[in-house]
Amino acid sequence: MSTELLGIAAIFGATVLLAIPLGRYLATVYRGDRSWSDFLAPLENGLYRLSGINPAREMSWQQHLQTLLTINVLWFVWAMFVFCFQGSLPLNPDGNPSMSADQAFNTAISFLVNCNLQHYSGETGLTYLSQLVGIMFLQFVTAATGMAACVVVFNALRDRSADKLGNFYVYFVRSITRVLLPLSLVLGLLLVFQGTPMTFAGKQALITLQGDTTAVSRGPAAAMIAIKQLGTNGGGFFGVNSAHPLENPTYLTNMAENLSITLIPMALALALGFYLRRPKLGYMVFGVMTASYLLLQVPTVYLEMHGNPALATLGVDQTLGALEGKEMRLGSAASALWAIQTTVTSNGSVNAMHDSLTPLSGMNAMLGMMTNAFYGGVGVGLLNFFVFIIVAVFISGLMVGRTPELLGKKIEAREMKIAIIVALLHPLMILGGTALAAHLYVSNPTEYASWLANPGYHGFSEMLYEYTSAAANNGSGFEGLGDNTPWWNISTGLVLLLSRYLPIIGPVAIAGLLAGKKYIPESAGTLRVDTATFGLMVFFVIWIIAALAFFPALALGPLAEHFSIGY
Amino acid sequence: MKNNIASAFRLTLALLVLCCGAYPALVWGAAQVAPGQGQGVQVSHKGRVVGFEDVGQKFDRPEYFSSRPSAVDYRADGSGGSNKGPTNPEYVAEVGTRVAAFLRLNPSVKPGQVPVEMVTASGSGLDPHISPAGAYAQVERVARLRGLPAARVKALVDAHVQEPIFVLLGPVTVNVLQLNLALDTLTEK
Repeated sequence: MSTELLGIAAIFGATVLLAIPLGRYLATVYRGDRSWSDFLAPLENGLYRLSGINPAREMSWQQHLQTLLTINVLWFVWAMFVFCFQGSLPLNPDGNPSMSADQAFNTAISFLVNCNLQHYSGETGLTYLSQLVGIMFLQFVTAATGMAACVVVFNALRDRSADKLGNFYVYFVRSITRVLLPLSLVLGLLLVFQGTPMTFAGKQALITLQGDTTAVSRGPAAAMIAIKQLGTNGGGFFGVNSAHPLENPTYLTNMAENLSITLIPMALALALGFYLRRPKLGYMVFGVMTASYLLLQVPTVYLEMHGNPALATLGVDQTLGALEGKEMRLGSAASALWAIQTTVTSNGSVNAMHDSLTPLSGMNAMLGMMTNAFYGGVGVGLLNFFVFIIVAVFISGLMVGRTPELLGKKIEAREMKIAIIVALLHPLMILGGTALAAHLYVSNPTEYASWLANPGYHGFSEMLYEYTSAAANNGSGFEGLGDNTPWWNISTGLVLLLSRYLPIIGPVAIAGLLAGKKYIPESAGTLRVDTATFGLMVFFVIWIIAALAFFPALALGPLAEHFSIGY
Repeated sequence: MKNNIASAFRLTLALLVLCCGAYPALVWGAAQVAPGQGQGVQVSHKGRVVGFEDVGQKFDRPEYFSSRPSAVDYRADGSGGSNKGPTNPEYVAEVGTRVAAFLRLNPSVKPGQVPVEMVTASGSGLDPHISPAGAYAQVERVARLRGLPAARVKALVDAHVQEPIFVLLGPVTVNVLQLNLALDTLTEK
């Protein structure tokens, strides 16, 4: 048991140790300073030339958003095409069919917004072509989109007064060539040498040792699994994601994959400080994120390692923890670690079935997505955190009776309105969606009986989790939910869209507006944001908003389930 | 704007070649020298492929060590967990049935000592491992049905216990397929 705890301590420790130098590197790359990776410049220049892009042209915040949205629409059309016609396209050795329109819509949207809500199973729902040029392509480019948007905000905060905020394509392309591709290559190679398949052969039929006939699904999995983790997309090659023994064959691959979930989000938080040449600001953000994350993580590890209390009277020896939905090579501790890291980062890959987590662990996973700013998705996590910083600055300003300022720029009504809309959109999507679904279910339980795999409080949690996951662009699920129906495909598809683009547009707009304002030099009365005091303020702002918005819903689901066991 | 669309279109094409052509080709190339050549590591017995090292399979014949319960009955052209909630009464009853069945099959195990993984389904439905406790609990039965001394079979389990990485990180496991293969080899001698 102690080796399981040592294992997860090693994963977390290694991630933090790697995130610090990576944060410095990211700041260097995005500033355009000299770095060891400059040998990739010819590749990047080739891409610009092929695409007719002038990398020296600077863009305003509006032009950034226009560029971002245009290219996203193209990707959507591309993905819809691939999923709708995959059955007749090449690289389909298992003869899998094309997707229905509503499922293709849900899948295309889901991966376009860097989510991985998967209302299909990879083994039967996709072809190898779809996995590579549909899913994996979006895993690269949507991660880079989030990172580029994040750098636009960095720029706006750096420049004392400017309306030109760099070139979107440059940040986007560099995110791929200098960060995502090299790291994916490293992880992909580790995976193939640990036994993950990378083949274009179809499933293999065989007769087992005791004589049963079976078949084993395979495919070009290793390349995709690497970027699925690093880009915080999370979409698995196989149906059960990284619980699958070919997707995550050993404890070593589990350590590497888990590390890759949080690595770039952590590094970006630190990069903020390095980029602005205010490293303390990065440490403040990282500190608040880490403290909040541990608040969810520690109890979850404890609970999962102590077994399912509902089985206590059955005479089961639960020294190894709660193992329903978990894999032996990973164990309960590493499953609990992953469950929280994947939900706080909007990654959404899983190495254990979240539906079978003990009730409070399931709640902590939901809280990770409800707050959605502790490390967060690559780029977008920091954008969400930025919104909370704005709110905290405003409240602090009111408390001391001064005009709120962030890094020398006044925060005024327009910025506050945007920040509050973004901050409240998230609970609205989650609670509104769940309320509608619950209403439908209750008004006709026989018609919708196939929705819920579990009765009572847990059934409610399944619906709440699905909308939380969609709104956080996370993608994990309480997979007992029968979600491949038009209602779930379309409603979660809409939630996904709104919850991706508004939280990118909002913070970029705020930052753009701030960048255009007159710079006020720091004085003795300036609120310093790179201090522990302000960090505490942000911490409380995030948790108070989450508690006020979500406590009633959580009380009906996981909390009620927890107290029904009678600890 | 028109310019923007053209650039976006051409960049998309170029990135498709880079990210979906060159990158997977590199990983695929490396796989050719990896164990199993990127096809998954296969296990053979008497010249016949009997499985994949990493993919669990069903062992419900009592003379073999059993695998964990599986929500997909170990059909590896799919995968899945039970997705049962922890307090679902139907689920709790099902575990109770499995406990009773395990005790009936392995009379040497005392009530209260049934290893948890032997009565709970894995996440993938294809878990290739059980814990050492899960294997030791079955030694008496397997030895009896195979007509082998229990000490021999226990020694076989000992030899198949996989230690954590550096003996420090992660859980201790037993690969059921490899254990059963060794068992068949031992019996055939």
